Amino acid sequence: MSLIDPRGIYGLWLRDVKRFVRTPSQIAGSLAFPLLFLVFLGFGLRGVPIPGLPEGVAYLQYLVPGIVGFSMLFGASFAGLAILSDQDVGFLKEILVAPVSRTSIVLGRIAGGSTTAIVQATLILLISIPLGFELAGLWSLPLAALFLVLIAITFVGFGIALASQFSDSEGFSLIVQFLIFPLLFLSGALVPIEGFPEPVQYLALVNPLTYGVDGLRAALVGASRYPIVVDFGALVVSSVVMVSLGAYLFERVDAV
Amino acid sequence: MTDSRTNTGADANAIALDGLTKRFGETVAVDDLSLAVESGELFGLLGPNGAGKSTLINMLATLLDPTDGTATVNGYDITTETGDVRDSLGIVFQEPALDEELTGAENLAFHARMYGKGKAERERRIPEVLDLVDLADRADETVESYSGGMQRRLEIGRGLMHEPEVLFLDEPTTGLDARTRRDTWEYIQRLNEHSGVTIVITTHHMNEADFLCERVAIMDQGEIVAVDSPKGLKDSLGGDTIVLGLEDPPTELFDRLDDRPWVREHTATDAGVAVTTARGDTRVPDLVRLADETGATITAVDLRTPSLENVFLSITGSTITEREAGSADDGRAGDNGSENGRTGDAGSSAEEAADDGEQATEATETTEAEATVGGTS
Repeated sequence: MSLIDPRGIYGLWLRDVKRFVRTPSQIAGSLAFPLLFLVFLGFGLRGVPIPGLPEGVAYLQYLVPGIVGFSMLFGASFAGLAILSDQDVGFLKEILVAPVSRTSIVLGRIAGGSTTAIVQATLILLISIPLGFELAGLWSLPLAALFLVLIAITFVGFGIALASQFSDSEGFSLIVQFLIFPLLFLSGALVPIEGFPEPVQYLALVNPLTYGVDGLRAALVGASRYPIVVDFGALVVSSVVMVSLGAYLFERVDAV
Repeated sequence: MTDSRTNTGADANAIALDGLTKRFGETVAVDDLSLAVESGELFGLLGPNGAGKSTLINMLATLLDPTDGTATVNGYDITTETGDVRDSLGIVFQEPALDEELTGAENLAFHARMYGKGKAERERRIPEVLDLVDLADRADETVESYSGGMQRRLEIGRGLMHEPEVLFLDEPTTGLDARTRRDTWEYIQRLNEHSGVTIVITTHHMNEADFLCERVAIMDQGEIVAVDSPKGLKDSLGGDTIVLGLEDPPTELFDRLDDRPWVREHTATDAGVAVTTARGDTRVPDLVRLADETGATITAVDLRTPSLENVFLSITGSTITEREAGSADDGRAGDNGSENGRTGDAGSSAEEAADDGEQATEATETTEAEATVGGTS
C-alpha cells in the first residue's frame, strides 16, 4: 500500500461529491444558518457604529467574508460527521479493508469534504451579491478561492481528527455544537476582535479561522487586519498541522 | 496484483493458521488455532454467536492484529504483508456495508477504485459482476431501493469485484428470509464452482454449513473442536437413529435385535427402543416387522438422521441455541446441555421435538436442500 494512492483518493472524493449533489436538502440546510446570520446581522446592524470596523468599510462588506468563513465551519463539521455516519451504517469497514493507506483515506475525505464546503461557501458569496455585497475587483475571486481551499483543508482536517476520537455521531454532533460558535465568535467573523478584552484577543490569535476570515476580507473587500501574506502563511501552517493530526489520529482508529 | 497470482502456485493453501490467538483483556476470543484451507475450497466456520468466528475473520482481513501466532492468506503474512493480503481477499461483512445513496454500479466502481482498478478494467468487470449476481437491470438504481436479498448479492458481487483468491462471507444469510437464503446459497455455490475462488463462510446455521460447505470447522469458545466434511462429521455419530414407541416391549425383541447385523446399537427407553443403524430409512420396515413378530404394539415411529446440530451437541455437550443463550446466562446453558445431551439415547423424543421446534425445522430444511443438490447434479 503506497502512502498516497491517487485512484483511491479520487474514488473517495467522487463518492462525496455524488452524495452531496444528490441531497439538495442537506445543501439547503447547511446554507440556512449562515444566511440567517447574514440577513439579520447584515441588515439589522446596518449603519450602527461598530468599534474596530476598518475606515470606510460598511458592515455588510465586513460581514460577508465572515459568513463565508462560518459556512466553511459547517461544511467541515459535515465532513467529520460523514466519517461517523459511515461507521454507523457499516460502510467504513468497506473503506478500511481496502488496500488503501489510512493517510490516503484521510486525504480523500479532506478532498471530498473541502469540495462540498467550498461549493456551499461560494453559494453564500453569490447570494450576498444581490443583497448588496460589492467585490473589490475580479482579481478577488481567484485569491478568495485560494483562501477557501486552505480554510477547508484546515477545518475538514480538524473535523476528521475530532471524529476519529468518537465512536458514534451523536457525541460528535454535541461537541461540534459547542465548538462551532466559539470558533466563529473568536475569529472576528461577525465583529472585529479589537473590541474584545485582551485575554480573549489572544485566543483569537490561535484560531485559524481568524486568519481565514481576514484573508478572505483582504481578497474580497481589500481591507484586512493583517497583511495578506501573514494570513496566507498562518493558514498554510494550520492546514499542514490539521492534515497531519487527522492522519495521525485516524491511523489509530480501530477498524472493528 | 500480478505477483499475488504467481504466488498462489507456491502455496496450495489459500489460508493457513498457525497458533493464531486473540485476547481482549482477560477474554480469549480466538484460542491457539491451527488450520489450513485449501485453494478452491468452500469452507465453513460453524459455531454459535460469540465462538470467535468473526474475530478470526477480522484478523485474516487485517482489521485486527493477532495477540499471538501467525496466519497467511494466499501465502501472505497477515501482519507483515497487509497490502498483499487485502489485495488477495474479498469480504462480505455480517452487517451490511453498502452506500445506499449510490447506485449498484457506483458501489462497484467505488470498490474497484479503492482496489486500484483502472477505467478499462472497471468497464469490463462491473457488467460482469452485475450479471453474475443478476442485478444488471437494477445497476443504475440507488441501493436504497434494493431488497435485502439484492443488497446481499451486490455485496457478494462486490467482494469478487477485484478477483480475489479468497472470499470471506461472514454470516452471509443473516437477516434474509428462508427463500432468499436458499437463493443466496445457490449463488455462493455457483460462484465457487465457476470462478474457483476459495470461499470461507461463517455461520451459526447448521443447515447452511451442511448444505454449502465441502469442509466444516466447528468452533466453540474460541477453539476449533472438529474439522471434517459435513458427511464425515455426521458419520462420526454412527448413523441414523430409529426410535420405536412400544407398549410393553417384550424381552424377545431385544434378544433378536442383538442378532441383527445391521443394528449397531440399541437402547431401551421409557417409551420403547432406540436403534442406531446406517441407512435408517431402509431399516424402518425391517424394524417394524421384527417388532410385529415379537408381538409388540407399536405406538410411534421416528427416524432421526444425524445433523450437524447433533454433532455439535455430542462434541460440546450443548446445542448451539443453548450456547447462544449461554452468552447471556452462562451456568444454565452448560447444565441443560449435559442433561438432554445425547439425543441419540432418545429419552423423551416427543417432548424434545416440541421444545426444539427450531432444530426440527432446520433438519427438514437440510433434507430438502440435499434433495435439491441431488436434482441439479
